Amino acid sequence: MHSYIDLLTVGASVGGLRWPDMLVQLLFFLILLALLKKFAWGPLMNMMEKREQYVASEIEEAEKSRAEAEKASKEAADQLNQVRAEAQKMIEDAKSAGTSQQEQIIAAAKKEAERIKEAAQADIQNEKERAIQALQDKVASLSVLIASKVIEKELSEQDQEKLINEYIKEVGEER
Amino acid sequence: MNHENPIVHDIFGIPGADLNLSNVFMTFIVSLIVFVFCVWGSRKLQMKPKGLQNFMEWAVEFVRGIIKDNMDWRTGRVFLPLGLTLIFYILVSNLVGVATVGVVGHDLWWKSPTADAGLTLALSTMIIVLTHYYGIKVRGTKAYLKTFVSPVPFMLPFKIVEEFTNTLTLGLRLFGNLYAGEVLLGLLVGMATSSIFGFLGAAIPMLAWQGFSVFIGAIQSYVFVMLTMVYMSHKVNADH
Repeated sequence: MHSYIDLLTVGASVGGLRWPDMLVQLLFFLILLALLKKFAWGPLMNMMEKREQYVASEIEEAEKSRAEAEKASKEAADQLNQVRAEAQKMIEDAKSAGTSQQEQIIAAAKKEAERIKEAAQADIQNEKERAIQALQDKVASLSVLIASKVIEKELSEQDQEKLINEYIKEVGEER
Repeated sequence: MNHENPIVHDIFGIPGADLNLSNVFMTFIVSLIVFVFCVWGSRKLQMKPKGLQNFMEWAVEFVRGIIKDNMDWRTGRVFLPLGLTLIFYILVSNLVGVATVGVVGHDLWWKSPTADAGLTLALSTMIIVLTHYYGIKVRGTKAYLKTFVSPVPFMLPFKIVEEFTNTLTLGLRLFGNLYAGEVLLGLLVGMATSSIFGFLGAAIPMLAWQGFSVFIGAIQSYVFVMLTMVYMSHKVNADH
């Protein structure tokens, strides 16, 4: 075991504080600190700060655009609702217009039908009266003819007239 | 087989000014590694990070988290470069000694610089001095002096002693962890090189201990930066 301790490479390094060592190390350390501050930590910290700012601005932008998008979608929904209401109104208008027109057409048709019926009835009446008139005339002349032929010899002109009138009266009453 | 440090005695003819060239060499190497790595990692920075930039930004966030845990970010942001440099420097220092120990002749050249008590104490002294500097700078001399006598005046001696104990514990904690690691690694290497059975016996423990040393190295660098920020916050925070 003793030989191992003799082998110890570090045994010598414990002895004493050598201030030149300390000074040299401090010098090296401070030079290292200055160099690294300039060439490594400075640029690194700058970059990290830049990235932080970038991320912050990106987030801000994203929030802004999200708010805008929300607003736009709300507007679109509003417009859609409005259009829908308008369409509904149009359909209802058209329906009611259709119904009233239908009623109008039906009323007009009824009126027309009534008018045609009345005209037809009037026509029929006229024709009937004319036919009766014609028949009366014809019957009168015919009966006169027949009577004159039958009773040419037996009747005076006066009796004849009386007879005819009675006869016509009878015909009129029969109707 | 006894390894010595490559010490130059009495540089510039100043008595007692002994320079350990190994420390000089290793601190230079570590600084070089950290510098090259960090500058390489933070070149061609992009908005959309990829590869090494991700790691570097993670490190920045990590140290920023340590600082934010201890103080207001507005006062703490000036310590970010310090904390980052410290954590990388100490981490690399801890790790360079884990995998390899380099010996040229009888001199030990390649080792963890943090396994030397002088260097860790130099770092901790620098940190404590900086805390005092920033304490005065941020809060003004009056408020700074007042921290020594608050909440009651008889705390003054304790407060002064505390500064020295802070320095010592901060430096020696790091040194102790790394030194113990190197001692054990040295033992295992000695055992492995002694015989074929020694090699077989030492291989598995060595593997395990190297893994553990990496873990310790990372933890200690984190603890060092954490404590730096804790001491800093004691000096610069108004609510303490």
